[in-house]
Amino acid sequence: MSDLEALAQLNDPVRRSLYAFVSASGGEVGRGEAAAAAGVSRTLAAHHLDKLVEAGLLEAGFRAQERKGPGSGRPAKVYRRARAELSVSLPPRDYGSLASVLAEVVDLLGGEEQAEEAARGMGRRLAAGREADAVEVLRERGYEPYAEEGEVRQRNCPFHALAERQPLLVCSMNLALCQGLLEGLGQDPGRARLDPRPGECCVALSKTNEN
Amino acid sequence: MHLAQLNIAHLRAPLDTPELADFVANLEPVNLLSDAAPGFVWRLKESESDPTATVQHEYGDHLVINFSVWESRETLWNFVYKSPHMAVLRRRREWFLRIADPYSVMWWVPEGTIPSLAEGMARLERLRAEGPGPEAFTFKDFYCSRETCSPAAMQPL
Repeated sequence: MSDLEALAQLNDPVRRSLYAFVSASGGEVGRGEAAAAAGVSRTLAAHHLDKLVEAGLLEAGFRAQERKGPGSGRPAKVYRRARAELSVSLPPRDYGSLASVLAEVVDLLGGEEQAEEAARGMGRRLAAGREADAVEVLRERGYEPYAEEGEVRQRNCPFHALAERQPLLVCSMNLALCQGLLEGLGQDPGRARLDPRPGECCVALSKTNEN
Repeated sequence: MHLAQLNIAHLRAPLDTPELADFVANLEPVNLLSDAAPGFVWRLKESESDPTATVQHEYGDHLVINFSVWESRETLWNFVYKSPHMAVLRRRREWFLRIADPYSVMWWVPEGTIPSLAEGMARLERLRAEGPGPEAFTFKDFYCSRETCSPAAMQPL
């Protein structure tokens, strides 16, 4: 299935809300939970979830039932967002390959500091004229922020494939971008700091002084 | 199979100078972090009692060596780039010289095998001379072992 065909599978409001629910969970979701969130029957949810798996948008697995022993039933089928990236650009565009080449060159030339400065400037520009809350802007930019112990963690790295190639450079630029964004919104850029964890964005935000 | 990694870094100044004070201060917390990290198997230690002791070797002054074995690429990656180690790694230019040659090499070792430093240095030489291959590779040009190359069948979650 091509990326375009896979994405076309989302042209159904129930599927879209199931996909959004599973994605936002940040982990595994059972059929019952997903059905309740989308407001449809378990059978219908199961049908659509399996379509999303076929399209490569979700991955499925099995989780053992909590009750053990005879009568506890089959393992429950659970779903999580697929790791593969899908993208469609019309007309065809490919910014990723060039970004990857440029990142490699910056690394070879030892230009990290200039790259971070440029990223900070971009963050400031992205925030220019905005009155929004920082978390709202980060959400719009695809970071998938969520609260944890009074901090803001971010579930998604918008630069994932590049960060896999050049983790030091890309995470440092990402931090600078987030700091620039805070600056542009008139907030303390020091709120953003590097606190990487497996499977998440490397940047976290401490709480604001006011709250 | 387990994954061995050797890292070398050329110090900008001797370890007992103020320029290197922060690096030295980070040795203990970072070593404790690595030893407790998921997938950590072994690390070449100069001393069992002094976590700040750097590995003594005969490959030249001002060369800091880090040599360890991990269960997988993922566990090593998560320690290097997805833990508080990353914040220390970002400061490497303050303490180490930039070198054009590769300064880090990986290879697969059978589980239970502790590789020697001489072997590690030879693998690094090989990487520098011949480029990455299954016997000497890097994160960027990674070679999987026979068992980790098995088709990525859907694993139960």
